[in-house]
Amino acid sequence: MTLDDVVTSLFPSGHQVERGPSGTLHGTAKVEGHGKVTVVGIVGGTPLGIDAAILLAEHVLAAVEAGDRAPIVFLVDTSSQNMARRDELLGLNEYLAHLAKSLALAAAHGHRSVSLLFGQAAAGAFIGAALSSQSLVALPGAAPSVMDLPSISRVTKLPLEQLERLAKSTPIFAPGVRPLFAVGAVTETWAADQPFAPRLADLLRQPVATSDLRDQIGLERKGRRLAQTIAARVAAEAVAHA
Amino acid sequence: MSNRLQTFKADWYEASARERIAGLLDAEGFIEFLGPEQRAMSPHLAQFDLTGAFDDGIVVGRGRLDGQQVLLAAQEGRFLGGAFGEVHGAKLVGLLRAARDSAGPDGPRAVLLLLDTGGVRLQEANAGELAISEIIHAIIEVRSAGIPVLALVGGRAGAFGGGGIITACCSRIIASEHARVSVSGPEVIETNKGVEEFDSRDRALVWRVCGARTRYLTGGVDRYVKGSIQNFREAAIALIAHTPAFELATLKAEQRRLSERLQRFGDCRDAPEIWRKAGLPEPERIAEITDDAFLAIPRIKGADHDAR
Amino acid sequence: MEQFQVHGAAKRRASGHRRQVITGANASGNLEVLVERVLPDLECQVEVATAVTGFRPIWEAVIKEFFERTSPGGLRFSINDGGARPDTVTLRLMQSVQLMEDKA
Repeated sequence: MTLDDVVTSLFPSGHQVERGPSGTLHGTAKVEGHGKVTVVGIVGGTPLGIDAAILLAEHVLAAVEAGDRAPIVFLVDTSSQNMARRDELLGLNEYLAHLAKSLALAAAHGHRSVSLLFGQAAAGAFIGAALSSQSLVALPGAAPSVMDLPSISRVTKLPLEQLERLAKSTPIFAPGVRPLFAVGAVTETWAADQPFAPRLADLLRQPVATSDLRDQIGLERKGRRLAQTIAARVAAEAVAHA
Repeated sequence: MSNRLQTFKADWYEASARERIAGLLDAEGFIEFLGPEQRAMSPHLAQFDLTGAFDDGIVVGRGRLDGQQVLLAAQEGRFLGGAFGEVHGAKLVGLLRAARDSAGPDGPRAVLLLLDTGGVRLQEANAGELAISEIIHAIIEVRSAGIPVLALVGGRAGAFGGGGIITACCSRIIASEHARVSVSGPEVIETNKGVEEFDSRDRALVWRVCGARTRYLTGGVDRYVKGSIQNFREAAIALIAHTPAFELATLKAEQRRLSERLQRFGDCRDAPEIWRKAGLPEPERIAEITDDAFLAIPRIKGADHDAR
Repeated sequence: MEQFQVHGAAKRRASGHRRQVITGANASGNLEVLVERVLPDLECQVEVATAVTGFRPIWEAVIKEFFERTSPGGLRFSINDGGARPDTVTLRLMQSVQLMEDKA
């Protein structure tokens, strides 16, 4: 889906979303039953670097400052974090963390946040843009990943065919919506045959848990059978030894 | 006990995760949660013909730092590069949730994260990545509950990938010269963008771009220490006393300092260019001088901040 | 991948009161050893997990010699091996017994 397709389907009543520098989007839109929402985005397959991250964070913090608790909708069609010497030199880790922290702060201030992925999001961009909202929706065209299989093959020195074979029996490492849904990263998947606006309105209406339930979801979906149990065991021992 | 004295003076870089804990915390009473005898290991490694670790490469537990109760996690950087897998990541998530849930006058004074990680464990990529996001979320919850989270970085794996992002979510960061804090590894940048962009075999370049000295002078880490475990201990005790709250004012201040850094140095491609622009003495020598000489250099304006 | 156990009889119980020790790391050329004081006084055992196959006879020889030298009665040793050489294995096992007997 193109960006225009996505935006039109999400906001049929209208929007004021504009492109900004470094592949960013910013603006507002109307969602039925929720009034005005803040829209931000990283689009066009643009890698998420320090320039985009600081701009996006600025928009998110401005929304928090406005104090209206309006939902934040994050449109994502990126690639990975920007792989550039200059970005690392200037502390890309801080800029990505700052974006993640800003979204978390927004959530704490009552801004419901949802990332809508309709393109790629890999590695640091996946963490900063897709996983830092309260919900992650995969739209048609979504291609989330940690790393593509050929690169995993190169780094781990395992044959690609072996990785492809293993990926059939476990969702624990392979790219794509299905494995990432199974482990609890992707909240929902929306197909193209239904308009997005009512689904978005529905999603924003649902009460959001105060704590992070993704490991619980991963257990229920059988994609991550251990994470929730292990975390719970550690927490229980901490209480027992208090 | 001779064992204790040895770890006390010992080098952070050379030490194992458990040796770092022993030297960092007060002498007695570290209680480990889900210790190695419980064999909570990764179920995902056998299919890749890899053997595991009884603690899946991370030690979590409770101890005392200068008499104050702390919760602590220490990654073993030598096991699969200290990378985050399902169990490894979940142990840290559980520790952080325990901190959050026990916040209060009887709760921990701080959480210490002894990070030594190349990022996500590729054999468990999705679980590792998600754990990193859960850890970020949990760190913010802990900080919001009034408990500072300190990152201590100085091992052979550094803090790369999601580990670099986690580092920058902490209240305070302590690093020694060996530390590299970054997102993409130099080899990954070279593979994707070419050797002109990053010659990953140029060690001096790697440390100028990602190393603790650059981070310290630009405000990317808060304390630069010499490399002994004792140095880390002293810095942790000092920093716990005063840490930034996780709130709008802090993030707005961080927005300002990161914007300024980008404005002032956004066209720099190597550390000495930054030092020259900032008016620091002998920019070309900063990477080579001793730790003592380095610590005498003034940090760049804005680097000494409360905005993390 | 190989996983196997080597059992031994010890002439005496390993001294000291420590219940458990862990040392080393599963890294290239290294190994991780977990020792637990869980067996009857005159028994000892090593469990090995290794990705380097075909060396079981050498492991057994190294372990049996270790049992002879140190007589670690009551101790179960569990190893995650990262491809360590036999002399490194011996060194780690010796270190681990010293730690268990509180002599380190």
